[in-house]
Amino acid sequence: MSVLSLIIKREYSARVRNKSFLIMTFLSPLIIVGMVMLITYLTQLNSDTKRTIAIVDDSGLFAASFSNTDQTTYLNLSDQGFDTAKELAEKDEYYGLIHIPKDRKTLVDQVKFYGKETPSFGLVEAIEKKIEKRLTNQNLIERGVDLDVLETSKINIDLSIENYSGEKSSKMSNWIKAAFGGAAGYLLMMFIIIYGNMVMRSVIEEKTNRIIEVIISSVKPFQLMMGKILGTTLAGVTQFAIWVILGIIMLTVAQAVFGIEPSSTTAMSSEAQAIASDPDKITEVVEEVMKLPLLQLVIGFLIYFVGGYFLYSSIYAAIGAAVDNETDTQQFMLPIIMPLMLAIYVGFFAVIDNPHGTVATVFSIIPLTSPIVMLMRIPFEVPMWQLALSVFLLIGSFVFTVWFGSKIYRVGILMYGKKPTYKELFKWLRY
Amino acid sequence: MSSLLVADTVSKSFGGFTALNGVSIEVPKGSIFGLLGPNGAGKTTLIRIINQITMPDTGHVQLDGAALAQHHIRDIGYMPEERGLYKSMKVGEQVLYLAQLKGLDKSEAKKRAKYWFEKLEIGNWWGKKIQELSKGQAQKIQFVVTVMHNPKLLIFDEPFSGFDPINANLIKDEILQLREEGATVIFSTHRMESVEELCDHIALIHKSNKILDGEINHIKRQYRNNTFEVGVEVDKDAFAKAESQLISKFQTTPAQFKSLGEELKLRIQLGDQGSPNALLQELQSYGQVTHFVEVIPSVNDIFIQTVNQSL
Repeated sequence: MSVLSLIIKREYSARVRNKSFLIMTFLSPLIIVGMVMLITYLTQLNSDTKRTIAIVDDSGLFAASFSNTDQTTYLNLSDQGFDTAKELAEKDEYYGLIHIPKDRKTLVDQVKFYGKETPSFGLVEAIEKKIEKRLTNQNLIERGVDLDVLETSKINIDLSIENYSGEKSSKMSNWIKAAFGGAAGYLLMMFIIIYGNMVMRSVIEEKTNRIIEVIISSVKPFQLMMGKILGTTLAGVTQFAIWVILGIIMLTVAQAVFGIEPSSTTAMSSEAQAIASDPDKITEVVEEVMKLPLLQLVIGFLIYFVGGYFLYSSIYAAIGAAVDNETDTQQFMLPIIMPLMLAIYVGFFAVIDNPHGTVATVFSIIPLTSPIVMLMRIPFEVPMWQLALSVFLLIGSFVFTVWFGSKIYRVGILMYGKKPTYKELFKWLRY
Repeated sequence: MSSLLVADTVSKSFGGFTALNGVSIEVPKGSIFGLLGPNGAGKTTLIRIINQITMPDTGHVQLDGAALAQHHIRDIGYMPEERGLYKSMKVGEQVLYLAQLKGLDKSEAKKRAKYWFEKLEIGNWWGKKIQELSKGQAQKIQFVVTVMHNPKLLIFDEPFSGFDPINANLIKDEILQLREEGATVIFSTHRMESVEELCDHIALIHKSNKILDGEINHIKRQYRNNTFEVGVEVDKDAFAKAESQLISKFQTTPAQFKSLGEELKLRIQLGDQGSPNALLQELQSYGQVTHFVEVIPSVNDIFIQTVNQSL
């Protein structure tokens, strides 16, 4: 067996047999399912709370405007007068009291909400809309506009989108593309941070155990570093695979037992809710997914995943080699976290807003951010030359960081005692 | 006897600091070679170059007549000063892993591991983790790891530090036996007295330079200065007179050694003042001579003398 595969095997089994790895692997899906259920439960709990809002409408215009909903009961106390109603509202602990003054001209500035606590943004907006609508309609009627005519003349447009070669896309397909890309990019970032850290810790462990000199009298530091990165990657892939399988099983079980549909809970947009509740839309989603450049997506995912991960983990390995213990790593973390964060922000703001804009394009070509940003752009179909350039630069800089990392690694693993500065790290390159 | 290892004007500097300055050594086959010098002299750097952990800036190293190459790692067993093993790995797995890294195949590694574990009577440690062993026990494992692939050249950096006296002796015997079986051994240490009696060749390194090397007896003959420690039983009445006569005639210093009686004890540096036999005859005229030993300079003395001369 070659030396490299020996090292990979050891690193892999050292990670996988670690107790915390086992606990993390099997407990995390439980925790996640538990969280989903908890959030679902809390959301239901939240929407179950009923509140009463009293209304004192001196103008007499809004009697029909405030209709009760599941959560909110509107109580018209106009005939009691404002002062009595306010006392009553406070005594009976109503959620709030809306006071609409008599004069329609000054009403606009003087309508008020009283309450024990500040009402939610959504509620304020709903109340404002109701009053606005009623007053606007009143104005329209007074100026001789027929409301029915106005209503029937309204037109709603759904722009259908098609590219020059005739492929159709829709808002929903954009949403799906963004979801795919976002998930891939986010996954990569998590993977880099979790497993990059693991590589770093295992380098530090060898240093503090002082076994490093025994090992590198048998193998080249470069082999050791690559073996470490590859072994840890395999452990990571194992963990992810177990998570995916366990996650699917658990969600299925949860759905069957508790009748909770995770898709109808929190984080999804209203569009997603509409999709989940409409069988026609589900088939549409499937069609849209099939229309994605799937092959390109899978290949792109693999290339950027591997390239991006290697790029970062060799930096992590170099950092691990440069320090004596984990607390000293802080000062070197910035160059890793910054581009990752930048990539995620660029991805979620620039790419989803405008996948082929200048910002998205540039960041999907610059190596340190390209894995994440380009992964997010691929579903939107990226021009071939940009892909080629980006992959070329990624491979180039991956080779460079591995070389650079192994240089620092080679020197760093035998240095004990003092915390190096960036300047010293630079000097090590020439040893 | 031909040389197993030849380092030819090896230099290495780190940034502005010169760790080795044109050092050449020759380690004869089957010898025990002492690489001696104070801390920071450059011993470890030289050893790391031999192990191909660092590359020399200039100079060459040859092992068994061939320029040092990657495959030579199998011929070298190295126990670094900083001992260490994977703490949470089981002893057996660890030994097999490290042996395989040295190029043994798994079944061969198992066979040899078994042999050594039986020999050192540590067979029942196989399934334990290193963190469950004591420091001395872990050192035994470290020794097994170092010698298991039957290397031609064994390098021990600070060999006996960390071992209790019993284990140190045990390991010493094992090393001597390995030498009998044909291995060549390099001891590197700053505690020169600890390996002096074991070595037959030495090289002294001081501040990145080799200041002296060769066969130890040869060096010692060079540095002997005709000094003798003597003990003479003299009558009480004549004691003071004899003492003052000897002190005035020879260059002397007080001597201390164990004896049964109340002898007159002196260390006499003859220099070119006649032969030892003449001295012995003279001493006999004072009384019964009970002690007459040539003072052989220790490596430590030689080191200090050489450093002072080179200043």
